[in-house]
Amino acid sequence: MLRLERVTKVYKVGTFGGTSLRAVDDVSFDLRAGEIVSLIGESGSGKSTIGRMVLRLARVSSGVITFDGSDISTLRGGSTKAYYGEVQGVFQDPFSSYNPVFKVDRVFTMIRDGYFRGIGTGEWHDKLHGALGVVGLTPGEVLGRYPHQLSGGQLQRLLIARALLLDIRLLVADEVISMLDASTRIDVLNVLADLKQRGLGILFITHDLSLGNYISDRTLILRHGRVVEVGPTQKVLGDPRHSYTRALLASVPQLHRKWGDEELVASVAGNGTPALPGDPGADGLLAVGDGHFVAPEPEAGPS
Amino acid sequence: MSVRVDELKVYYRTLRGDVQALDGVSFEIADGEIMGLAGESGCGKSTLGKSLIRLDSRMRHLGGSVTLDGRDLPVSDDRGMNEFRFKEVSIVPQYAMSALNPTRKVGKIAEELLESRGIDFDAVRPELERRLELVGLSTAVLGMFPIELSGGMKQRTVMVLSTLLNPSLLIADEVTSALDVSSQRAVAEMLVEFRERHFVKSVIFITHDLAILYQTADTILVMYGGRLAEKAPADDIISRPKHPYTQLLISSLPEVGVRHEEKRLSGIPGRPPSLLDPPTGCRFRDRCPLAFEKCVEQPPFVEIEPGRHVACWAAS
Amino acid sequence: MSTQPRALDERGDAAAPVVAPIVPAPAGAAPGAPRVRRSEFLYFALRNGKLVLGLSIVLLCLLIALVGPLLTDHAPLAFEGPPAEAPSREHWLGTTASGQDVYSQFVHGLRSTFVVGALGGGLAALIAMVVGFTAGYRGGIVDEILSMLTNVVLVIPTLAVLIIAAAYLTVRGFVAEALFIGFTSWPWAARAVRAQTFSLVSRDFVDMARLSGRSSRQIILREIAPNMSSYLLLMFILLFGGAILIGATLDFLGLGPSNAMSLGLMMNNAVLWGALLLGTWWWFIPPGVGIMAVVGGLYVMNVGLDEIFNPRLREL
Repeated sequence: MLRLERVTKVYKVGTFGGTSLRAVDDVSFDLRAGEIVSLIGESGSGKSTIGRMVLRLARVSSGVITFDGSDISTLRGGSTKAYYGEVQGVFQDPFSSYNPVFKVDRVFTMIRDGYFRGIGTGEWHDKLHGALGVVGLTPGEVLGRYPHQLSGGQLQRLLIARALLLDIRLLVADEVISMLDASTRIDVLNVLADLKQRGLGILFITHDLSLGNYISDRTLILRHGRVVEVGPTQKVLGDPRHSYTRALLASVPQLHRKWGDEELVASVAGNGTPALPGDPGADGLLAVGDGHFVAPEPEAGPS
Repeated sequence: MSVRVDELKVYYRTLRGDVQALDGVSFEIADGEIMGLAGESGCGKSTLGKSLIRLDSRMRHLGGSVTLDGRDLPVSDDRGMNEFRFKEVSIVPQYAMSALNPTRKVGKIAEELLESRGIDFDAVRPELERRLELVGLSTAVLGMFPIELSGGMKQRTVMVLSTLLNPSLLIADEVTSALDVSSQRAVAEMLVEFRERHFVKSVIFITHDLAILYQTADTILVMYGGRLAEKAPADDIISRPKHPYTQLLISSLPEVGVRHEEKRLSGIPGRPPSLLDPPTGCRFRDRCPLAFEKCVEQPPFVEIEPGRHVACWAAS
Repeated sequence: MSTQPRALDERGDAAAPVVAPIVPAPAGAAPGAPRVRRSEFLYFALRNGKLVLGLSIVLLCLLIALVGPLLTDHAPLAFEGPPAEAPSREHWLGTTASGQDVYSQFVHGLRSTFVVGALGGGLAALIAMVVGFTAGYRGGIVDEILSMLTNVVLVIPTLAVLIIAAAYLTVRGFVAEALFIGFTSWPWAARAVRAQTFSLVSRDFVDMARLSGRSSRQIILREIAPNMSSYLLLMFILLFGGAILIGATLDFLGLGPSNAMSLGLMMNNAVLWGALLLGTWWWFIPPGVGIMAVVGGLYVMNVGLDEIFNPRLREL
């Protein structure tokens, strides 16, 4: 459904735009219908940039992003609008995603004005209430309110409901729960997992490995704009082969083991980084298992 | 006893009434103890931290007392606290790393900060450099601008500056929240290191992340709705939580290794109470699966086992 | 001055301890705004001394300008009365050196002052908004070009241009003067609008509007401008007052309209005819007071409005 081929994004920075910054460097992956793919990385890894490029909010410097086979950078005017009827996004900061001078209903009326011009009031109500029901909200408690009167969790779920009104096939979720409280995070995550059951594809961007592990089918680990490891989530996070992935996993605070115990984890995953067989494929990654790929690491000395 | 808080009541005055941010909290922190202060938004943990150093002019102190090393902390008096701030009690506020003046070099910021406290910068400079190296920063940092440092580096710098005069109590307010996973670990471990080296005596580590407290704190104090819910040694509170809120909170945390298909986690329905007009009795009662008639009366924060305090009728 | 910057802790707290940022719903943008917001705005508006004072003065002058000419049957430019006579029952503010009625000149002049202010200020505001929004929203090369244009207009010596224009145009009216002022006084406002637009464009709700298929023009008009409505109002008031001042200055220097009367022209004539030396105070004091009252009233009103729109400036 969605495919990225050798996508790169270069920014010009510095005084007079002298130096260039490769925010995304030669990234390729694809996302099938009904699949959740996590992009995991720290800040500066390029994961949000990839999300913005998929949403056409930023331009690709080189490489191609295709949706259903057609290059999205060639879309203009009416076809862009059609694209947004299939692909939508939800961002990190729920309070910044709403125009503070208007009520939250406005995000829905914008969709109605844009995509459902002639729809009858009754039909619209049914559609709206249906979408709210899917995300677990009752119309009475959220409609007619201003953003500052609702909680972050409710606002995020409203945005997901907005996306559902359009019958989308792909949702880009960029750090959607990092600003929410622990007790509401899981509610939003569960909504996303349920949507996957209904056939929606989700590009889940996060820095938190536990979240990626909870809901995603496949995981990409990004570092400085490059793919470091990719594969089925249980493989990547259960049997990490790249030292960066291992370091990330070791730094995540867990509730059942302490940081001092990570030697155990390392020994389980294998002593050091074993010599990886074969040559890198076209995208520079080595295959280490079924669908599991790792970026080659420079020859290290004794680990 | 290093720190002793007794029935502290703090509120904010707003147009719509008084927000009772802290409603009678009492607890103790031993010498050399790292106490984690956990809770969600609006529970009052930041207010508690700030009230111990009185850094927010909108706060009104309504009652209660705080004793530090046997001395009374003038928490109701802005001027009075001036003597204690930075020297006895120090705070690393939320987003401190974004508070570094971008037009000044770090060394100059440090110098101005110390001079404003009446301390000769040149006299403490060797110690400052030593500590910077201890936390893994080169002394060249003093000659750099904040924008040249990464988030983790800035946070470490701010923490070194805040603890330079070896305060008895350090309040670290969400110091790891805005950082990457690898920096989080470095900063959290740094707090423990500071305690080991006696740069600080006791630490209050305020965060919403229970997992990081499990890794670094000795005890954890969970707050809800402006009141204390539970306090216990970190290992105990994670493995055997007594308060229903703590139990629900821990069970809603996804961990690496838990997948949705295997075990569907659930959150806590409802929302925290508004502190403008809080409900009578136990504040968690509307969302609590164990609530019964007695809960309309505020449960006291009592010690049910040595070292464990809980405020819940069902638990005690 | 416009949208309140929100720190994470304020936003995250369910019971925000700060005065909730109040953005008064601009007329037409949020139909059916709940009562509390309108009345909150009025609450502060009526209590703000500066706004009440400033607005009263301006409205009073406006009233005089509208009603004043109807109360007299002397034409402003007619040479009817005895020369240089002090205020009397016949001529309420006396006469000029050549026998024109000062009162008549004053009230007609006040009218044209308002017209120049509204027209000139309005035109400047319009250009500033078009340039500022486009530069701020589009960025890149469009921004570069528009900024260059802004800077060029900023440094044009308007006085020199006007003198040259005056030499070429034999008959000049108020409209021409207003247009001239409008076309030359917008740069600072354009820059301010551009800066505000930059900060708003990076907010997520603009991206959301794009994802809803909105065009750029729609986004600027319906997403960005309403957020800046208070700022745009203040800007317009400043441009209005500024236009009046510039107009009066031009008139005073003799570069003003050649076929009508204004307050600046009155002062110009008064000085030319030696009113200061001869002590015919009734000729130059009223216009001076008039200009001062209108412009001063507008500026004081502005300060008051700023306090109302920005809760941080308010005293609780």
